[in-house]
Amino acid sequence: MSAGQETFYEVIRRQGITRRSFTKFCSLTAASLGLGPMAASQMAHALETKPRIPVIWMHGLECTCCSESFIRSAHPLVKDVVLSMISLDYDDTIMAAAGHQAEAILQETRQKYKGQYILAVEGNPPLNEGGMFCIDGGRPFVEKLKEMAEDAMAVIAWGACASWGCVQAAKPNPTQATPIDKVIKNKPIIKVPGCPPIAEVMTGVVTFVTTFGRLPELDRQGRPKMFYSQRIHDKCYRRPHFDAGQFVEEWDDDGARKGYCLYKMGCKGPTTYNACSTVRWNGGVSFPIQSGHGCIGCSEEGFWDKGSFYDRLTGINQFGIEANADKVGATVAGVVAAGVAAHAAVTAVKRVIKKPENVG
Amino acid sequence: MNQIVELQGALDAHGERVEARQTIYVYEAPVRLWHWVNALCIVVLCISGWFIGSPLPSVPGEASQNFLMGYIRFAHFAAGQVIAVALLMRIYWAFVGNTYARQVFYLPFWDKTWLWGVWFELKWYLFLTKDPKKYIGHNPLGHVAMFAFMLFLVFMICTGFALYSEGTGIDSWQHALFGWVFGIFPNSQDVHTFHHLGMWAIVIFAIVHIYAAVREDIMSRQSMISSIISGERVFRDDFRD
Ligand code: HEM
Ligand code: HEM
Ligand code: SF4
Ligand code: SF4
Repeated sequence: MSAGQETFYEVIRRQGITRRSFTKFCSLTAASLGLGPMAASQMAHALETKPRIPVIWMHGLECTCCSESFIRSAHPLVKDVVLSMISLDYDDTIMAAAGHQAEAILQETRQKYKGQYILAVEGNPPLNEGGMFCIDGGRPFVEKLKEMAEDAMAVIAWGACASWGCVQAAKPNPTQATPIDKVIKNKPIIKVPGCPPIAEVMTGVVTFVTTFGRLPELDRQGRPKMFYSQRIHDKCYRRPHFDAGQFVEEWDDDGARKGYCLYKMGCKGPTTYNACSTVRWNGGVSFPIQSGHGCIGCSEEGFWDKGSFYDRLTGINQFGIEANADKVGATVAGVVAAGVAAHAAVTAVKRVIKKPENVG
Repeated sequence: MNQIVELQGALDAHGERVEARQTIYVYEAPVRLWHWVNALCIVVLCISGWFIGSPLPSVPGEASQNFLMGYIRFAHFAAGQVIAVALLMRIYWAFVGNTYARQVFYLPFWDKTWLWGVWFELKWYLFLTKDPKKYIGHNPLGHVAMFAFMLFLVFMICTGFALYSEGTGIDSWQHALFGWVFGIFPNSQDVHTFHHLGMWAIVIFAIVHIYAAVREDIMSRQSMISSIISGERVFRDDFRD
C-alpha cells in the first residue's frame, strides 16, 4: 500500500527506466489516445507529480476475456500499466493474496482512498433471488459492488457484460444479469464495451483516467469518444468494395477470395462502434474482417439477442416464427393488396348491379 | 329554342344551358407541389432503400471503377434531404395557408360531426351505405389515414437522419438534432430494423391511398385526382343530403 503515494515517474525511475524512455512513452500514449500535441508534456507533468491512482478490479458474472485481452496489451505494455502507472491494489484473478487477506485490501482501500480510487468492473451482477447467482467472498456480488462503488471516484465498466449485459443477460435472462449503469446510479461510469474490448483501448482508458485524474470525454452511451466515435464500417479497409457494390455472396465464392465486402454475409460493421478497423487486434496483426469474417457487433447493446450473425436483415421473432423486416412488411402488404383487390371487385360488381336506377 | 345571345354560362351545341357545378379551390399550389414532390421522393426512397437493405448482385471489375452502392445510397440520402425540407415548407404552409392546409397535422377528436363522419365513411367503405357524402377537404376516414402517414413520415425522417448521422459523425448537426434516437435504441441495428419496417408501413399507406383516390374519383360525388392536380374540388350534384 505504501507505493500508493509514489508517483508513476518515481516508480519507473526506481525500476531503472531512463527519462528519455519515459518521454517517449508519454508521446506514444498521447498519440494513441488521439490527443493534441500539448498532451504529451501535460501527461509527463501529471505522471511526475500526481500520486498513482489505486485501482480495484472486480469480477462479477463474466468469462475473464476482458482480463485475457488486457494482459496482452502492446502499447502501452500492460506490464508498465499494471506495475507502474496505476497501483492495482486488488484483482482477485491475478493478485497473489487470497481469502481474508485479499478481502481486507478492499476495506483498506475504501477507507484510505475514499473518493480517490477507480473501481474497474468486469462482468455484471445478477439481481434475481437477491443476487444469489453470483457469490463472491461469501456474499452476493451485487452487495460487494455497491459497497465498493460508494466510495469510488469513478467506475469503469469493462466489456459487453458490464456495459450491456452480454450473453448471461440473453433472453429470458433467468438470473436477471444487469449492466453496471443500471445498478450504480450515483457515480460517473465509463463503458468500454466489446467482447472483449481491445487491449490497447483498455490500457488507453486506464492511462487517461490515471494521468489526468478524470474520465475522458464520453458519448451519449457513456463510451470514451476517442475509441468509440466511429463504426467499424467507417474505417474498414473493405469499404471501397461496399461502395462499389462488390459483395461476398457465399463463404467460398470468388468475392470471398478477392476480399469483397461482407455486408451480405451479415457483417455488423455498419452498426458497430469500436476501434477494431483502426487499432486492430493482437498488437495490430489483424481483425475479424481482415481474416474474412464479418463483424458480429460484439461491442453493441443486445448483440447476442439480435438474430443470426450471418443475416443482413435483423431477425424479428416476436411473432413466434423466423422473420425479418422484409418478410413481415411484404406479408402485411400482400394481405392489404389482396384486400384492396377484393374491395375493388366488390365495388365493380355493386356498381354494375346498381347502374340502372342511378343514372341521371 | 332560346336566343343564344341572351344566355350566360356554358352552353351545349344546341344552346342548352349546362348545369352549373359547384367548384371550390381547396388545395393551394404549395400543398399540391408538396404532395407530388413528396410522392416522388417516397418512390425514390422505397426503391433505393430496398436496395440498401438487399443490395444488387456484385458488379465485376476494380472497386475504384464502380460506385453502384454509392449512387444508390446517394439517391436515398438526396431524396431524404428533399423530403425533409419539403415537410418543413409544408409545415410553414399549414400556418399561412387555408384551413385545408392544416388538416393533415391534427385530428379534431372534439368535433362530434367529424367523429360521426369517420363512422359514416367506414360504413361507406364496408358497403353498408348507399351514397357517400361530400367533403370540401379530406373525408374524415381519409383524414385519419393522412394523419397516420404524417406520423410515419416524421418517424422515417428522424430515424433516417439518425442513421445518416452515423456517417457524418458525432460532431455533425445531424447527430446533434437526431442523435437522441440512439438514446431510445442504443444499438443502431434496431434503428435500421424499424426504419425498414417503416418503409413497409408507408408502402401499405400508398397502396390503400392510391386505390382510395381512384375509387373515390369514380364512385364519389366529387372530384379527387384532378383536385390534387388543379387544386379545385368539383362537386357532381346538388342533391341535398
Ligand atoms: C399516383 C399516386 C397518387 C395519387 C393519384 C394521389 C392522389 C391524392 C389525392 C386525390 C389526394 C387528395 C385527397 C382528398 O382530396 O381528400 C391526395 C392527398 C394526399 N396524398 Fe396522395 N396520391 C398519390 C400518391 C401519394 C403518395 C405516394 C403519398 C405518400 C406516401 C401521398 C400522400 C398524400 C398525402 C399526405 C395527402 C394529403 C395532402 C394534404 O392535404 O396536404 N400521395 N393524394
Ligand atoms: C419514407 C421515407 C424513407 C424510406 C421508405 C426509407 C427506406 C429505407 C430502407 C428500406 C433502408 C434500409 C434499411 C436497412 O435494412 O438497413 C434505409 C436505410 C437508410 N435510410 Fe432511409 N428511408 C426513408 C427516409 C429516409 C430519410 C429521410 C433519411 C435521411 C437522410 C434516410 C436515411 C437512411 C440511411 C442513412 C440509411 C442507412 C444507409 C446505410 O446503412 O447504408 N432515409 N432507408
Ligand atoms: S466488411 Fe463490414 S465493415 Fe467492412 S465495408 Fe463491408 S459491411 Fe462495412
Ligand atoms: S470486429 Fe466487431 S465483432 Fe469483431 S471484435 Fe470488433 S466489434 Fe467485436
